[in-house]
Amino acid sequence: MARIEEPPSTVGSGQDHQDRMSSAAVGDAALIAEAAAGEAALAAAPELVATTFVEYVRAWIARIRGGESGMLPMVVGVIAIAVIFQTQNANFLSPGNLTNLLVQGAVFMLLGMGEVFALLLGEIDLSIGFVSGIGGVVTAELVISPRGWPWWAAILAAVAATTAIGALQGTLITRLQLPSFVVTLAGLLGWQGVMILMLGTGGTIPIPSNVINDLANGNLTAAAGWAVMAVVVGLYALLTVTRDARRRASGLVAPPASLTVIKIVVVAAAGVGLVLICNTNRGALVPIRGVPWVVLIVLGVLAAWTFLLGRTRFGRYMYAIGSNPEAARRAGVNLARVRTAAFALAGLTAGIAGVIYASRLRSVSTSLDGGTLVLYAVAAAVIGGTSLFGGRGKALHAVLGGFVIAAIYNGMGLLGMSAASQYMVTALVLLAAVTVDAVARRGRAATQR
Amino acid sequence: MSAVEAPTGSRRGGTVGEPGLGTREPLLELRGVWKSFGPVHALEGVDLEVPAGQVTALVGDNGAGKTVLVKCVAGAWEPDGGQILWAGQPVHMRSPREAAALGIETVYQDLALCDNLDIVQNMFLGRERVRRVVLDENTMERSAGQTLAGLSVTTVRSIRQPVASLSGGQRQAVAVARAVMWNSKLVIMDEPTAALGVAQTAMVLELIERLSHQGIAVLVISHNLNDVFEVADRLAVLHLGRMAAAGPASEFDRQIVVDLMTTGATTRRAPGATAGSSEGG
Repeated sequence: MARIEEPPSTVGSGQDHQDRMSSAAVGDAALIAEAAAGEAALAAAPELVATTFVEYVRAWIARIRGGESGMLPMVVGVIAIAVIFQTQNANFLSPGNLTNLLVQGAVFMLLGMGEVFALLLGEIDLSIGFVSGIGGVVTAELVISPRGWPWWAAILAAVAATTAIGALQGTLITRLQLPSFVVTLAGLLGWQGVMILMLGTGGTIPIPSNVINDLANGNLTAAAGWAVMAVVVGLYALLTVTRDARRRASGLVAPPASLTVIKIVVVAAAGVGLVLICNTNRGALVPIRGVPWVVLIVLGVLAAWTFLLGRTRFGRYMYAIGSNPEAARRAGVNLARVRTAAFALAGLTAGIAGVIYASRLRSVSTSLDGGTLVLYAVAAAVIGGTSLFGGRGKALHAVLGGFVIAAIYNGMGLLGMSAASQYMVTALVLLAAVTVDAVARRGRAATQR
Repeated sequence: MSAVEAPTGSRRGGTVGEPGLGTREPLLELRGVWKSFGPVHALEGVDLEVPAGQVTALVGDNGAGKTVLVKCVAGAWEPDGGQILWAGQPVHMRSPREAAALGIETVYQDLALCDNLDIVQNMFLGRERVRRVVLDENTMERSAGQTLAGLSVTTVRSIRQPVASLSGGQRQAVAVARAVMWNSKLVIMDEPTAALGVAQTAMVLELIERLSHQGIAVLVISHNLNDVFEVADRLAVLHLGRMAAAGPASEFDRQIVVDLMTTGATTRRAPGATAGSSEGG
C-alpha cells in the first residue's frame, strides 16, 4: 500500500513511480524478485489478498494517480466554498437559497454540457453563448403574436435552429479544416449580430407563454417531487443492479454488491435531500415550495448526454478522437462525421439553455451577454473536471461546475460584494481548475511507460 | 543454396519461384514490387515471401524502404508495379480496410492506442459490438479477455484499466492482441521493441513467438539485430530499395546482416549454416 500513498506529481516520486510501473509490468515474478525483492512484494501483495471492494478502491486511487483526478478537486472546492460562505452568511445554506442556486446555475450547467462536446474533442466552441441567445429569440419570436405558435413547436423550432447552426460551424471546422477557435469566434460575433437584428428596434421580446416561463420559474407540487424522485432513484437502482447481474451472468468481474449498495444509497440520499430542500417553503409573502421544473430538465439532458457519451459508439469515438485522432482514423472512425455531430450537439444543448434563459427572464433582450455566458460554460466544464486538452470529460462535470459558479455568484451576492470582485474570484477558481487539469496531465505523462 | 550464395541468389530473384520451405506456398508473396515517389524509387523490384506460422524479419538501414514495403503490404499505399500474392492469388489492396478484410493487420510503431480508453475499448475501437444502439460491453470484454489469455498476456491487473496506466510492453501486447483478434493471418509489427527495456523486450519477443506458434505469419521490422536473431525464422535484408538477401535465419549471422544492410553484399559465410538447413539447394 505504500506506493499508493505517494504524492504522484512531484518530480522525484514521479521518476520513482515510473520505475515501479515498469518493474511491475514485467509480469515474470522471478524477474521482479531479482530486480527488487522487497518492492515486488509490496506491489504484488495487495492484489493477492485484496477483496473485491478493496480492489475497487485501489483502482480508483490508481486512476487518480494516473492523472484522472476527475471530480475530486471539485468536490473539495465545493466543500470549501460552502464553508466559507456559510461562516460569512448563515443564509447561504438555507433551503430557499440552495434551491435558488440550482435555478441560477441551470443555464451555466446546460451551456457547460454543450461545451463538453467541443472540449472532449480537444476543440472549443466560443459561439454557444450567442447561439443560445438565438435559441431564446427564436422561441420568443414564434410564441408571440402574430405568429402565436404553440409553446412546444416554438421550442422545437428554436432547438432545431441552434442545432443547424452548430452543424454549420462543425462542417466549416471539419470539411475546410479551419480551427474551431476561429470559426466559433466568428460565430460569437456573427450570431450576436443576428440576435440583435432579430430583436429589432425594441430590443426586448416578452414571452407570453406560461408554460415556457414555468420551465425556469415553475415548481412541481411537493407530492410530484417525491414521486419523480422515487422513480428516478428506482430506475437508477434497477439499471445498476441489472447491469451487475448481467456482468456476473456472463462470467465477468462485477462491482462488489457492497459498492453497488453504497452507490444506490448515496443517490437515494441525494434525491431525498434535494426534494426535502426544495419542498421547504422559501416564499416570503406567499408560500413557494417544490422542486423547480428546471432541475428535471437539467437532469434529463444530463441523463441523455451521459448515455450518449458512455454507452454508444458515437460517445466512444468522441473519447478516442479527443485522445488520439490518428488512432481513431486508423481504426476506421469517420472523424469528420463525429466532429460535425459534436458541434451540432453543442448547438442543440445551447438551444435548450437559451430557452431556459429566456424563460427565467420571461423575455429576451439585447442584454443577453453571450460572450460572458460562453466563458462561464467553458469554466463550468473545466472546473467540473473536463480536460481542455481533449479526451477526458463528462456531462456531469459541467453540471457540477455550473453549480460551483452559481454558488460563487450567489454567495458573493449574499455578502454584498461587488461585480468586480465576483469576476476576480471566478477567475481565480477557473485558474485553479485549469492548474489542477494541467498538473494531472503532467502526472499522466509521467506514468506512461 | 548455401549461405555464400544467399546474396547472389536473391539478386537473381531470391527465393521467389522456388518452392520455399517445404511444400507449402507462402501466405504472402511479393513479386518484383516497385514503388516510386516522383523521381525517387523507394522499392525497385522487391521480392519477398512471408510463410504462415513463421516469423519473418525485415531488416535494413534507414531509407532502405522497409516502411514503404510494409505500407504496400498493409494497404496504405498501392505499389506502382509488381504483384502481391495472398495465398497464391494476386490481390490489389487499396486501403488498410481491404488488407484487414484479407487478414492482414499492422501494429504501428506508435501502437495507435487511445490512452484514455481501457484495454477492451482499445481492442474493439472502430469495430465495437452493439446491441441495438447500446455498446455490448460484456461480450466485448469477454472476447478481449479470451484473446489476451490466448496470448498468455496475464500481467495486466484488469482489462478495464486505461491504457495510460500500462507499461510499454503491456501496451505493445494490447496492440498485438488487437491485431490478432480478428482472425488475422498476417501480423506486421513495426519496430515492436524499439522503445522497450530489456525485460519488456523479452516479453514482446515471447509474444511474437507465440503468434507464430498459433500459425500466424509475422512480419517484424527491426533495427535490433539481437531481437531479430532471437525470434526470426526467416530474414529479409533490404538495401536501397532492393532485396539484398532473403532466406532462413540460419543462413545469416550478425556480420553478414550488417554487411548486407550497409553495402548490399557480403563475402562471409554463416558459421551456423549447413548444407542440410539451406533451402532450394
